[in-house]
Amino acid sequence: MAVTWESIKEGDQLPGLDKNPGVTQLVKYAAGSGDFNPLHHDYNFPQSKQIGSIIVHGRFKYASLGELVSNWLGHNGRIQKLSCQYRGMDQPNQPINCRGVVKRKWEEGGKKLAQLEIWTENAKGDKTTPGEAIVAF
Amino acid sequence: MAKEFEITEEMRAQIGRESPPWIHEITTTSVRAFARGVGYTDPVYFDVDVARKAGYRSLPAPPTYLGTPVFIPGRSSDTFSGPTEGQPAIRHGLSGLLDGGTETEYFEQICAGDTLVVVSRVAGLDVRESKSLGKMLITTNETTYTNQQTGKLVARQRGQAIFY
Repeated sequence: MAVTWESIKEGDQLPGLDKNPGVTQLVKYAAGSGDFNPLHHDYNFPQSKQIGSIIVHGRFKYASLGELVSNWLGHNGRIQKLSCQYRGMDQPNQPINCRGVVKRKWEEGGKKLAQLEIWTENAKGDKTTPGEAIVAF
Repeated sequence: MAKEFEITEEMRAQIGRESPPWIHEITTTSVRAFARGVGYTDPVYFDVDVARKAGYRSLPAPPTYLGTPVFIPGRSSDTFSGPTEGQPAIRHGLSGLLDGGTETEYFEQICAGDTLVVVSRVAGLDVRESKSLGKMLITTNETTYTNQQTGKLVARQRGQAIFY
């Protein structure tokens, strides 16, 4: 059931999206996005060795936050703005749990809008990728 | 890890410099490849009939997907797939690279079949220090995406890269 502007209220949580991408998923993301930085698939790459592991593309987490919002909207609205910051690295085969909450809803220029706080959490509950979305219904 | 790093006049001169336009294509295959890479199960990003029933012209570009740069060997980056010719370049000599953040504003629907004209420019340079990475250069790039068929600005993206 698609969400509607009328049905949401500030403080509502978006249904969570739990991920645990392995190396194969990161390879698929590399192919889909065109980002072949070896830091995301090659354990022998100097930067991977220095960090001690390959790491998940920040943009994979950004895209996953987009998926969180897309799943919630169910094509009943559109994203006007989507942003995040890559505060912490995530390694493959670890939980990356996408979460979101409705911060504000308002009308402006005839548009029904909502602001969402979105983020990814690791196994420890640290928000490694905090962000924000503005959606229009 | 750099102990000292300063933005030179040569680097600062790159601020505001625009890249030549480059084409990003959105195709049914490229949308599926991206959606599959993210892990979507929503059929709207895979099945054209389902996408049309949901009100789209064709498969819509999933959030954060702004097309795939046309890849031409020798003219495109083997690592990041984007064009290399005439790009504003900051010659900083730092070897480590991390993504800092991304913000995208959307103005129009983007669907398979669209081609986007993409222009990027250096919007700002900043130096910060972290305990683990030392002195870091933060570059901010702003990229505009214009639908080639309609001439309309469809998206604008600002991204930070961290060099250390």
